[in-house]
Amino acid sequence: MSTRLPNAGRLIDASKQIEFSFNGKRLKGYEGDTLASALLANDQMLVGRSFKYHRPRGIVASGAEEPNALMNMGEGGQFEPNQRATTTELFDGLAAKSQNHWPSLDFDVGAINTHLARFLPAGFYYKMFIHPRPFWKHVYEPIIRKSAGLGRAPKDRDQDRYEHFYTFVDVLVVGGGVAGLQAALAAGQSGANVLLIEQTADWGGRAQVDGGEVDGKPVADWIASTLKALDDLPNVTRRDRLMGAGVYDHGYALGYERVNDHTPSNAGPRHRLWRIRAKQIVTATGAIERPLSFAGNDIPGVMLASAVRDYAVNFGVSVGDRTVVVTNNDDAYLTAIAMKNAGLDVPAILDARASANGDLVQQAIDMGIRLEFGRAIAAVKGGKRVTGVKVCAQIGEGAVLSEIDCEVVAMSGGWSPVVHLWSHCGGKLNWDVEQQMFRPDATRPPTSHDGEAMVTVAGIANGYLDLNNVLQDADQAGKNAAKAAGSKPKTAKAPTASEATISPMEPVWLMPQGAPIKKRMKAWLDFQNDVKVSDVQLAAQEGYESVEHTKRYTTLGMATDQGKLSNINGLAVLSKALNADIPQVGTTTFRPPYTPISMGAIAGEARGKVFQPLRRTPIHDWNMANGADPEPVGQWHRPFAYVEQGETVHEAVNREVLNTRQNLGLLDASTLGKIIVKGPDAGKFLDMMYTNMMSSLKPGKCRYGLVCTENGFLMDDGVVARIDDDTYLCHTTTGGADRIHAHMEEWLQTEWWDWKVYTANVTEQFAQIAVVGPNARKVLEKLGGMDVSKEALPFMTWADGIIGGFDCRAYRISFSGELSYEIAVPASQGQAFWDALIEAGQEFGVMPYGTETLHILRAEKGFIMIGDESDGTVIPQDLNLQWAISKKKEDFLGKRAQLRSHMADPDRWKLVGLETLDGSVLPDGAYVVADGTNANGQRNMIGRVTSTYYSATLDRGIAMGLVLHGPDRMGEVLDIPKTDGTIIKTRIVDPVIYDKDGEKQNV
Amino acid sequence: MAQKDAKVQDLSQESVMFMKRYSAFAVAREAARYHSGWERAWRSPMPKKSYDVIIVGAGGHGLATAYYLGKNHGITNVAVIEKGWLGGGNTGRNTTIIRSNYLQDPSAAIFEKARSLYETMSQDLNYNVMFSPRGVMMLAQTQSEIRGYLRTAQANALQGVKTEFITPARVKELCPIIELSGPRYPVLGALWQERGGTARHDAVAWGYARACSDMGMDIIQQCEVTGVDQADGQVTGVKTTKGDIACKKLGVVVAGHSGVLADMAGFRLPVESIALQALVSEPIKPCMDVVIMANTVHGYLSQSDKGEMVIGGGTDGFNNYTQRGSFHHAEETVRALVETFPMLSRLKMLRQWGGIVDMTGDRSPILSSTPLGGCFINCGWGTGGFKSIPGSGWGMAELMAKGSSPLTDAFGLNRFAEGRFIDESVAAGVAH
Ligand SMILES: Cc1cc2nc3c(=O)[nH]c(=O)nc-3n(C[C@H](O)[C@H](O)[C@H](O)COP(=O)(O)OP(=O)(O)OC[C@H]3O[C@@H](n4cnc5c(N)ncnc54)[C@H](O)[C@@H]3O)c2cc1C
Repeated sequence: MSTRLPNAGRLIDASKQIEFSFNGKRLKGYEGDTLASALLANDQMLVGRSFKYHRPRGIVASGAEEPNALMNMGEGGQFEPNQRATTTELFDGLAAKSQNHWPSLDFDVGAINTHLARFLPAGFYYKMFIHPRPFWKHVYEPIIRKSAGLGRAPKDRDQDRYEHFYTFVDVLVVGGGVAGLQAALAAGQSGANVLLIEQTADWGGRAQVDGGEVDGKPVADWIASTLKALDDLPNVTRRDRLMGAGVYDHGYALGYERVNDHTPSNAGPRHRLWRIRAKQIVTATGAIERPLSFAGNDIPGVMLASAVRDYAVNFGVSVGDRTVVVTNNDDAYLTAIAMKNAGLDVPAILDARASANGDLVQQAIDMGIRLEFGRAIAAVKGGKRVTGVKVCAQIGEGAVLSEIDCEVVAMSGGWSPVVHLWSHCGGKLNWDVEQQMFRPDATRPPTSHDGEAMVTVAGIANGYLDLNNVLQDADQAGKNAAKAAGSKPKTAKAPTASEATISPMEPVWLMPQGAPIKKRMKAWLDFQNDVKVSDVQLAAQEGYESVEHTKRYTTLGMATDQGKLSNINGLAVLSKALNADIPQVGTTTFRPPYTPISMGAIAGEARGKVFQPLRRTPIHDWNMANGADPEPVGQWHRPFAYVEQGETVHEAVNREVLNTRQNLGLLDASTLGKIIVKGPDAGKFLDMMYTNMMSSLKPGKCRYGLVCTENGFLMDDGVVARIDDDTYLCHTTTGGADRIHAHMEEWLQTEWWDWKVYTANVTEQFAQIAVVGPNARKVLEKLGGMDVSKEALPFMTWADGIIGGFDCRAYRISFSGELSYEIAVPASQGQAFWDALIEAGQEFGVMPYGTETLHILRAEKGFIMIGDESDGTVIPQDLNLQWAISKKKEDFLGKRAQLRSHMADPDRWKLVGLETLDGSVLPDGAYVVADGTNANGQRNMIGRVTSTYYSATLDRGIAMGLVLHGPDRMGEVLDIPKTDGTIIKTRIVDPVIYDKDGEKQNV
Repeated sequence: MAQKDAKVQDLSQESVMFMKRYSAFAVAREAARYHSGWERAWRSPMPKKSYDVIIVGAGGHGLATAYYLGKNHGITNVAVIEKGWLGGGNTGRNTTIIRSNYLQDPSAAIFEKARSLYETMSQDLNYNVMFSPRGVMMLAQTQSEIRGYLRTAQANALQGVKTEFITPARVKELCPIIELSGPRYPVLGALWQERGGTARHDAVAWGYARACSDMGMDIIQQCEVTGVDQADGQVTGVKTTKGDIACKKLGVVVAGHSGVLADMAGFRLPVESIALQALVSEPIKPCMDVVIMANTVHGYLSQSDKGEMVIGGGTDGFNNYTQRGSFHHAEETVRALVETFPMLSRLKMLRQWGGIVDMTGDRSPILSSTPLGGCFINCGWGTGGFKSIPGSGWGMAELMAKGSSPLTDAFGLNRFAEGRFIDESVAAGVAH
């Protein structure tokens, strides 16, 4: 059984016992444990179920590559599925539950699939469930979905906080193993600004477990002194629990810091996402051990050899009393030696090679461990845990030679450098035949904006397996990176390590070599997704020959570990099946992130109220306090209507409409865009931007203008005021402010960069209030200070002055057909000015009105609204706005486009007013139909409704629409169907329905 | 004509003999012999010297075009040439949303044709493409979105596309994990297409490839077209990395690389190539049975049969040909979706990737003859062409065989010169 050894491990604080639970069972661990080590210390070999066959699963690894030990963790707003036990630091009160089983981990009904496995090979679902047709959606798919998936879906809102952090460095070193430490030191000593990051809480990496000597001292001592040396350098920053998640273009790297995962009750963010701009990146990310493929290699107790010794050395955990080591390389001998040193039994090392004579092999012999060369595992015995192995020759088909009782199988198929970060942004790989691994090809690196390499790889990640080479390589990488980042490296020599004799490894992709189909069907490649050797071979047989095809057909490497353990093994099996070399078959693409990162961290602080922060006018708070029904418009919330007690929104709108027509209405128009265009060429520039002539506008005057895209479509409209010879103020729609400003800048910066024009978006500098209705002038005169008479301030003019003691600019413009002023005051004065208007307006029947009233008032007057009458496909000519298109100008944006045949087509739908015969309100977006259907069987359409409202003024529905030959068909009655097919008879009328002669506004 | 029909007849008979049909029974039979009897899904031939038709690009659209050339028009002397592995372009990288609730008539026609062909695709191809009509909803989160979707529902009713505008309460009922009253953009309703959904993208490419191969067509992978041969304004063949191949007609169906191929054929296209990204979470148990698109905040979401939450957003702001994207776009998308689906916050992003999408000026595709005689182009599907694969193939095959098709006529290249745009951004900001 697995248990805690008397000698606690190097990471454990045996004086600090903590409690945690697994599937409700209360268990004990120590500070320093991971959830995985603590589970093993409690003899919990079975920790989950696999994806497809629901096979029993145990812990395989000790780090980020773990495919099996995934847990539902926490409760309520801190619940999270798929937490990897091997990278979860234990804390007091941790509550974990295993996943993907029903009713229980020990007895899982889904495990029936394992007996059906023969009927469920790779891609079985592509060949089955085809008939009868409705069954896929209603029967098969729900079953498949239920049995797939892993963890539970979270339900509650996340209680934790996340944050983003930005930093700029010369050299980013990823990985705190010996290579990372040495690279950071070399770079740091050069004077470069260095950030060194390590994903775990422990520094020194594998060397802490595997040992060795550096400069004549134990490697642990060298690690300690190097850490000190790094901390003494003011230009080096070192952070743990911070993983290099991704490398993007131009030296942009993503770091994922798990700040409080191990201390969930602490204040502060749970995760911090680092956005790092680095001149150079050194990835010293180590290597991951590969499993071996033999029958039963997925039974709990079969583990990576390195993990078995990690648990013993780091956590003082024995995974079992008797460990059989199976390998094709020297490295796994370390496990046998470590087990022996811990007082545990190693019945045999099964070495697939014919012979080996490296130092470690010798050491194992010296310790009296039984070595069997040329041997392999024919099958693992056991169900929910290993009970023994059947031994066979590696050559041959697996005739059993002997059986060995054991509790643990420690396997090693060699090592694969972690090249993810190198590859994210395009770094290429070479196949190293001797070591059977993909290594970074330094001649084909990821390049930055200047075409120069931006990533180098150091240590084992670069394919150097022995300590001395690792240190030399890392030293060079650190120096090179510092140099490339602009520093001058010191000539200091790299430390040297004792060199060992290593016997060559031998590629073993299947055990035994000639394993028959029954064995291959039990030899797992991808433990989580249940992909076996036979599946990859089937994919090849069926023509899914590209690695990407195989991967997708079998789901190899697509599990949460993203193939960290399975990809190379699968690739090797595939290339064998295709009779091709591994590099010819190639690898799949490495995608960020290196291991999964929380969505919470990606979203960061941008949640709730600070997700796209609301823009607020100076009168926003007053609006909200006075019944505003908020309508999101762009980044603003504008009052749709001001609803009074006991009123519906609809009633409020009707009241506002009538009151504005009869008395006095106030509109908070501050959100309308205000863009200053200034400079000697401002007039010339606006002549290009607008369809109208703007350069001829006199200072003091206003003109309504249209903006079109270069494709001729109407984009925005608004009133332009000429302030002085060089200065214009362009009003835009609320939603258009930023868009039009950007549009202006794009043309200025890319086409007319030599024109003398500046633009500034001053929307938020002013509060602008529309004072509208028959009493508009009266209220302004009551406040006093400025002549707003018809003579002093005629229609379509503006003037600066003082009203009621407020500095202001008054525009005599109208979007309602009423006597109307828009008064702009500095934003800081907005609320006070509004208050003054409300107070002075009491005797004139003042009421605020919202956007819906604004819409109705303009529709009654036949004024168009951007976004209603225009939708990106409409040109001004469709809206009978020819009068706003200058014929004198040589050019403006959209002019050439509007000359194209379809734009000039008389069959384009044109703007008209629409009046239902029964007075009802037309449905939004309804279409006008004609008889018959088109070539695709669709009903013929000859027009559509663009705006439709109930008009309280006229007490019936009013509408505008675009209709084929509309203006020529005044009085004709059209058919407008509702979605249920019923027809609304509707007459074509003049779009101006209210005060056709403009008498109300010309006073 | 009669002769042609006879040929079609012939073919279907041949295919019955030829192809080992997929079924539960076949799987069981094979299980008995450990699946040793399965044949290749498609042959892997060397190119012949010449073909009646060459299709460049073995993405969904190229393969579907070939398939319907054979199935509907009896043209089977066809090669599909692919520079990488079939289905490896955007067809194998997208978020697989299928819907046809488009606004403009020509779009609604081709997308609805496609959607209806998806309904029976598994049976037609004898390959389970896992079409899952679980329903697609497009959230309205502003007044103008409400109006846009009301209008779409009106148009759809006349176009024969079944959609409806639903209330927030119904949204919540269909998708319990949604937060209706987000502080920023409350959910005000949605446009709901019940027969929209998803399908397995790889299977669509593989299913078509298998069926094409079975009709005797050659699918030639790892073969890049490097030049277009012509004489007297007519296409005569292509240059490839596996040699020159002659043809009578050429169909260029290469998505993000359309500009490159057009250049070889000697004309220019109004197409830009931009990276579009997607990402998935780790798998979890089923929690969402519909596809949701939130266009105001720019994100969309569905759950795959494996349990991963599949997430997509907007395009990068710059043109490029690398099949990866920047991080900040993924960030924007996740941020937006976490707001509307708070539970996402406690899932992890498993993988992020990108594809190069071919964007036209009006965001609608091009299915057209070209200035080069005999050369046709099918491109510009941009961010939303997975859903259209069968309809596009159907129309494109008709266009290539007969010179015109009601499904494709509005999508000709001449529309840019005439200003006859088919703009879909009207109703929805994004078109996935
Ligand atoms: C991230 C993302 C998400 C998306 N989400 C959706 C969605 O949810 N719903 C939806 O409907 N659509 C979606 N799309 C869009 C959809 O994927 C595409 O519109 C569609 O797949 C295009 O198919 P295709 O056959 O035209 O192109 P591709 O599948 O890209 O095929 C083109 C093929 O041409 C080959 N080729 C290129 N040049 C040459 C040459 N010189 N010689 C030979 N072969 C060549 C390429 O290798 C490629 O295989 C998404 C796209 C992306 C990138």
